[in-house]
Amino acid sequence: MTQVFQADGQVVPVTLLKAGPCLVVQRKMPTTDGYDAVQLGLVEFVKPSRINKPETGHLKKAAAEGAKHLRELKLRPGDDDLKPGDKVLAGHFKPKDKVDVVGISKGKGFAGLVKRHHFRGGEDTHGSMFHRAPGSIGASSYPSRVWPGMRMAGHMGSARVTVRNLEVIDVDAEDNVLVVKGAVPGPNGGYVLVRRAKR
Amino acid sequence: MNNALLTKYINKNKRTDTPEIRPGDTIRVYVKIKEGDKERLQAFEGTLIARKNSGMGESITVRKMSFGHGVERIFPLHARVVDRIDVIRTGRVRRAKLYYLRGLRGKAARLRERT
Repeated sequence: MTQVFQADGQVVPVTLLKAGPCLVVQRKMPTTDGYDAVQLGLVEFVKPSRINKPETGHLKKAAAEGAKHLRELKLRPGDDDLKPGDKVLAGHFKPKDKVDVVGISKGKGFAGLVKRHHFRGGEDTHGSMFHRAPGSIGASSYPSRVWPGMRMAGHMGSARVTVRNLEVIDVDAEDNVLVVKGAVPGPNGGYVLVRRAKR
Repeated sequence: MNNALLTKYINKNKRTDTPEIRPGDTIRVYVKIKEGDKERLQAFEGTLIARKNSGMGESITVRKMSFGHGVERIFPLHARVVDRIDVIRTGRVRRAKLYYLRGLRGKAARLRERT
């Protein structure tokens, strides 16, 4: 992430996304597949021995050497009609567009309640013997059990997260770079999916 | 922050007209001030006591004595509100952050000229 100053002096926090080049690997049609979608693959070098034979054949139909992360995107009215082998680049978006970014969030491991559910915890000092413990998790003889959905400690992060309606600030078609306003799920250098905002 | 594309983007966006300034230098910063629909420049002259962060978020701290009181202002280097920076005098110092100047005044707070 970095930040840019706009013409009116406002500073905007931005994230740089290397958008593709992506390739349309397969076109799902209502007639054959029951729905309208494109399957995109990220064009990046993959060792040929790392792709199994069925997948090599699948990619061959789109004349792709190797592709990482095949993802399907449903086509919505107004989208371009894409054919297998077509390239999808950062130039698909223009400044002021809204996009959704889907990624895998950073893993936080086994997290306590303060971090995971924003519990307030207790005082650290003044003789307090209650620091970050969960406290009561329910009543006694009724219900004699813990209600489902009780917020407790557990695994946090490493989950699919969608950030909606991020504004595109800048597009660099030459380097295939999208500049979006705000933060994006996942670590630096992680892989994310960028789509036109759903709403 | 050693991503090639990120570096390229920052180099494209950051301003290139800032003179070479170092901690210890006496500088004058011209800030754009909006009053209604008019814009004017206000100068702030003092000693540069710190440079913080890198990239687009880089900022400088300038300290001056104003009627016996120390006044510090922090300027984002790449912001549009900073019109320009003039170097008045260079200073030879041996550390990057001159926070010790806050405890000194008058003759003790002088700095030697850099040669």
